Amino acid sequence: MVDEVSKKPVVPVQKKRVSRRVFLTDSARGAGVALIVGTGLWSKAKIAHPIPFREIRPPGALPEEDFLGRCIRCGLCVRSCPYDTLRLSKVEEPGVVGTPFFKAREVPCEMCEDIPCVAACPTGALDKGLTDIEKSRMGLAVLSDQETCLNFLGLRCEVCYRVCPVMDKAITLERSQNQRTGNHAMFIPTVHSDHCTGCGKCERSCVLTDAAINVLPIALVKGEMGKHYRLGWVEKEKKGSPLVPSIMNKPLGQWGKDK
Amino acid sequence: MGSSVEVRKVGEEAKLKKGWFLAYKWLILRRFSQVFIIGIFLLGPLAGIWFITGNLNASLILNTVPLTDPFLTLQVWMSGRDLESQAVIGLVIVLGFYLFVGGRVFCSWVCPINIVTDMASWLRRVLGLPKGIDLSRTTRYWMLAVVFVLPAIGGQLYWEMINPVSIVQRGLIFGIGISWVAVVMVFLFDLLVSSDGWCGRICPMGALYSLLTPVARLRVTASWRDKCNDCLDCYKVCPEPHVIKPALKGESLGLGPKILDINCTNCGRCIDVCAPNVFEFAINFSDNSRISL
Amino acid sequence: MKLTRREYIKSNAIAAAAAAAGVSLPASTVLAGKEDNSSIRWDKAPCRFCGTGCSILVGTQNDRIVATQGDPDAPVNKGLNCIKGYFLSKIPYGKDRLTKPLLRKSNGVYDKEGEFTPVSWDEAFDIMALKWKEALKKKGPTSVGMFGSGQWTVWEGYAAAKLYKAGFRSNNIDPNARHCMASAVAGFIRTFGIDEPMGCYDDLDQSDTFVLWGSNMAEMHPILWSRLTNRRLSAKHVRVVVMSTYSHRSCDLADNEIIFKPQTDLVIANYIANYIIQSGAVNEEFVAKHTNFRKGVTDIGYGLRPNHELEKDASDSKKAKASKPISFEEYKEFVSEYTLEVASKISGVPQRNLEQLAKYYADPNRTVMSLWTMGMNQHTRGTWVNNLVYNIHLLTGKISQPGNGPFSLTGQPSACGTAREVGTFAHRLPADLVVMKKAHRDIAEKRWQVPEGTIPGKPGFHAVLQNRKLKDGHLNAYWVMCNNNVQAAANMIEETLPGYRNPENFIVVSDPYPTVTAQAADLVLPTAMWVEKEGAYGNAERRTQFWRQQIPAPGEAKSDLWQLVEFSKRFKVEEVWPNSLLDKMPEYRGKTLYDILYANGEVNKFPLSETQAGFENDEAMHFGYYLQKGLFEEYAGFGRGHKHDLGDFDTYHKVRGMRWPVVDGKETLWRFKEGSDPYVEEGTGFQFYGKPDNKAWIFALPYQPAAEEPDAEFDLWLCTGRVLEHWHSGSMTQRVPELHRAFPDAVIYMHPDDAKARGLRRGMAAKIESRRGLITTRIETKGRNRPPRGLVFVPWFDASRLINKLTLDATCPISKETDYKKCAVKITKA
Repeated sequence: MVDEVSKKPVVPVQKKRVSRRVFLTDSARGAGVALIVGTGLWSKAKIAHPIPFREIRPPGALPEEDFLGRCIRCGLCVRSCPYDTLRLSKVEEPGVVGTPFFKAREVPCEMCEDIPCVAACPTGALDKGLTDIEKSRMGLAVLSDQETCLNFLGLRCEVCYRVCPVMDKAITLERSQNQRTGNHAMFIPTVHSDHCTGCGKCERSCVLTDAAINVLPIALVKGEMGKHYRLGWVEKEKKGSPLVPSIMNKPLGQWGKDK
Repeated sequence: MGSSVEVRKVGEEAKLKKGWFLAYKWLILRRFSQVFIIGIFLLGPLAGIWFITGNLNASLILNTVPLTDPFLTLQVWMSGRDLESQAVIGLVIVLGFYLFVGGRVFCSWVCPINIVTDMASWLRRVLGLPKGIDLSRTTRYWMLAVVFVLPAIGGQLYWEMINPVSIVQRGLIFGIGISWVAVVMVFLFDLLVSSDGWCGRICPMGALYSLLTPVARLRVTASWRDKCNDCLDCYKVCPEPHVIKPALKGESLGLGPKILDINCTNCGRCIDVCAPNVFEFAINFSDNSRISL
Repeated sequence: MKLTRREYIKSNAIAAAAAAAGVSLPASTVLAGKEDNSSIRWDKAPCRFCGTGCSILVGTQNDRIVATQGDPDAPVNKGLNCIKGYFLSKIPYGKDRLTKPLLRKSNGVYDKEGEFTPVSWDEAFDIMALKWKEALKKKGPTSVGMFGSGQWTVWEGYAAAKLYKAGFRSNNIDPNARHCMASAVAGFIRTFGIDEPMGCYDDLDQSDTFVLWGSNMAEMHPILWSRLTNRRLSAKHVRVVVMSTYSHRSCDLADNEIIFKPQTDLVIANYIANYIIQSGAVNEEFVAKHTNFRKGVTDIGYGLRPNHELEKDASDSKKAKASKPISFEEYKEFVSEYTLEVASKISGVPQRNLEQLAKYYADPNRTVMSLWTMGMNQHTRGTWVNNLVYNIHLLTGKISQPGNGPFSLTGQPSACGTAREVGTFAHRLPADLVVMKKAHRDIAEKRWQVPEGTIPGKPGFHAVLQNRKLKDGHLNAYWVMCNNNVQAAANMIEETLPGYRNPENFIVVSDPYPTVTAQAADLVLPTAMWVEKEGAYGNAERRTQFWRQQIPAPGEAKSDLWQLVEFSKRFKVEEVWPNSLLDKMPEYRGKTLYDILYANGEVNKFPLSETQAGFENDEAMHFGYYLQKGLFEEYAGFGRGHKHDLGDFDTYHKVRGMRWPVVDGKETLWRFKEGSDPYVEEGTGFQFYGKPDNKAWIFALPYQPAAEEPDAEFDLWLCTGRVLEHWHSGSMTQRVPELHRAFPDAVIYMHPDDAKARGLRRGMAAKIESRRGLITTRIETKGRNRPPRGLVFVPWFDASRLINKLTLDATCPISKETDYKKCAVKITKA
């Protein structure tokens, strides 16, 4: 067998001479490709932004922008979770691919006291400053459907309340009278954002076919009152005394009441 | 194939001369390495043996030694975030390793995409497909620049939204979903659009790793270049063929025998296919002495 | 039904696909395709779970329950349900529903150590009858027994009691209600001479003060709690006092939360009585006219085995019920040592809280309703503490009036209707008759048309004793029906399971599901449940509610009633009765027990034509007459005219229940009070007509410690109980995925400091261990129950974590009810 190829004279090696023109064209083409890709990515991120990510980040996750800047998509938090709560977003799933999240309806956060996921994070995307799991704010539970929530219908469910790890603080039962029956009370689960960690136990255990209580990213649901108005009773309680102590509590008297 | 008898299979001679195993030795070892690395990550979830956790982006060996990927870490840093100590320690360990063995060892010994692009390359050779669009090999450095500049402007890791290397290795370890589409896309790109297109021209990750190579001690070395029979098999199998010539044929210009080009991936395929055993792996010392592997 | 062309094509496509898959769909399913509400049939039934007795409308279609709803017009629940009731439609459809009798077999023959093998009903009854006859022949009637249920329908309980007491001549039949409210029964009988609460749920809408003496109504009686809460919300002066050994969900509403040391409720009750006397709040006229004072014997032991340390010196244990008359002065003297200081010291409750509670009872202008369930009943002095609470109401005359009265709640849907009223206890006969009294036996024998002397005069083995006798080999043929006692009975490993697995014994379990108990049996009988049969339940307020069969039972499952009556056909009377007895009624010779007990001219006198058209009645069809009606009418004969009057069978099918005594078609809301109770004579004001002199008894009974208290090694109290999401042992509710998800596994509720002291944190696995057994589960320090230091609470619904391995089989020596609320345990890291 004649080996034609091997018989070819080999070109002696030399510094590759690339004309400036070729070099510039090459570089321009490369830069062009890179710029197209970069612009594409940029715009995808920007366009995707207004559609909020519905699922919940692990405890201690920085605000979404910061989180996405820090998260290295390594899954160490996922692996550290003893309850297999966390998972990494797949290409086909919402959210940025490779970042950790959990679906409360499937597996909620069990709120480990030692917060292993935060400890595992190598980049601080999950804030090491979080040492008390009850201070975490993964999301906020919202009783989103009062029409199907059994408690609003007067039934005795309150499962969300009883599974809440911060029971009586994050979710309280507000009692009211059932006007329809006339002799039963209603026990309305009421979420308080200053204690709700967003662990998702409530959403997970809601007995309805589709949960009436949902844990959502705080940014998606929390209102903002505006700094121009304060709650008088709250301010007074904070201070422990009236804000303007010089105002008399009562006028000098009331005709017919005070002597 | 219907081609003329002159068309000789690449590496045929080496196989005849050295035997099958030696003609594939480094390829086998690399495949083993790539599978092994993904495999030990999978030991945890599959068998409960947690030797290493995390994935190639960042991991923890035996719950103590951190490893952090420089490509990801530097993007985080470029986005304006300070680095946590665990990330820095992991980065130092990883950088130290690649500075020694050569940056692009990551590409050929670790990265699972490499298997895909190697397959595309092999198939292209077998089918005799045309080279396709000849993108400049400098494109990847432009890509690298863009990938690092974007976080600085926008504060996020934009490339990670589509980085197939990251997506595939993570998919293999954490559940693939439809991430295999990334595999198919890279494969088709390399097969039909541009030969050696992904790893050799586009991938900014490999580009970053290539920048770690200059001081590497582990090099493919054409120690017996005088025995070269000019069969050109090494060029044909090399994903970055331009790296070979200075080392193999540069004696007259005072070049070689070490392959010094930063884009040599230390894959060792040239060693395998060379019937006269021109190449070897060697650890080089500053006094020009070396230990052959 | 009209089908559009598109739907027609679609349903054909489904049929084609089903045919291809080898499934044959009933034509109606194919046609149903789309939800069609118009063809749902709605009919009433009471809820299958607790003693509240909420009324349900059951929607059926194509022989399946497709939906349920609360009956909006039902007085109890007005359309509401708790979360268990919300899922009633799912309970018959658990994946592991039993549909064939299963017999332990090896190589095709019965073998106690064999594998469960499907057999026919014939084969099942063959081996059963063989074993029963063997036992009867060898050791006589005391060697056969039955453990029944407060979940039996009225006629099932009646048929069972009759089969055992008159048929097999064995009083060894007891209901699981023994674990549940036997102390309330004993308390009622002892104080009033007649069972069941005098008041009703209307009290919940009217009382000024609610005192929970050992009940977590917020979880266990959810709909009643919502009524009570509404009353609290609707009037500013209403107060709620919650007494418990740990803090629970009912404490949320409490104006006065009293967490007392276990067993010291006896002290608190006596203190309140003392306070009432000392503060001059005794209703002297009432006390003089309507009460007697008694002093009970006190050295009564703890219902343990006679060789137990605690029983050896218990001189009064054989006559634990005994008491002698005393004067008011003597009583006053007796309770005078229970001062506020003493009560506070022993109970660990701040004086302020105790005094406030006492004042509510003493205040003549305040109505008070005392409520309790297992906290007071599952108590080694359960009868006593029931008596002591009645004392308070009797001293102040706060009883039998709207908003005023003691009210014991029940845990089972027919604890009252079946276990108590029918008298399925080892010592009882229908309508408060007892086997110990010849006159009572005579009444029963006459009504049952059996010879004098048929019913034995000695009480049979009660629940706890049955397990001991099984273990000891004295009780050999045993039928467990409609309960899950291996998961329920205390000290299971030492005292329950050994009896079930004793090679001398043959154990039959009838259940819809393969419960822990079924798995411990030798023969398992698949059982129809709830609306798969016609039934009647009696709830806690004496309300009897009927329902019709709405759906067929799956596979070969049969109702308890069918099983009992059909089984009776297997016995020729000569095989079970001695000749001496038969000689009194020679006409019975050659007949079967079925002929004597059921086809007796009374039970079988209502023809099939009286059943409701359009509703199946599997039992009536099978036996050829309206069996349920016949049993009910024969049974009701016991009580009619005797202060236990039940209404007319057909009326019950038309109304949403009636509260007995039903006299002249009218129900009774408050018993013993003139004007509201037809049996109270004019001019008397009150008549506690259970006692011959119409006077209720006020008892002098002391505080005594629990049978087992924490010590250096077992350093914590264990209290067990239920949760809202699951009913009893969870055999039904754990099979509803949503309820399982809402509370999947039992946990140890524990004080965080107690956990910390043992190196434990919330969520960690821990071993909880008593002298009798151990289980492993997780620690909960933040949940619904918040025990004080030194006490833990574990619910018992979880079949995979059997807390009854740990509990102590000590009982109230009078009521024989086990104390599941107190034993000593230790907890360590798992």
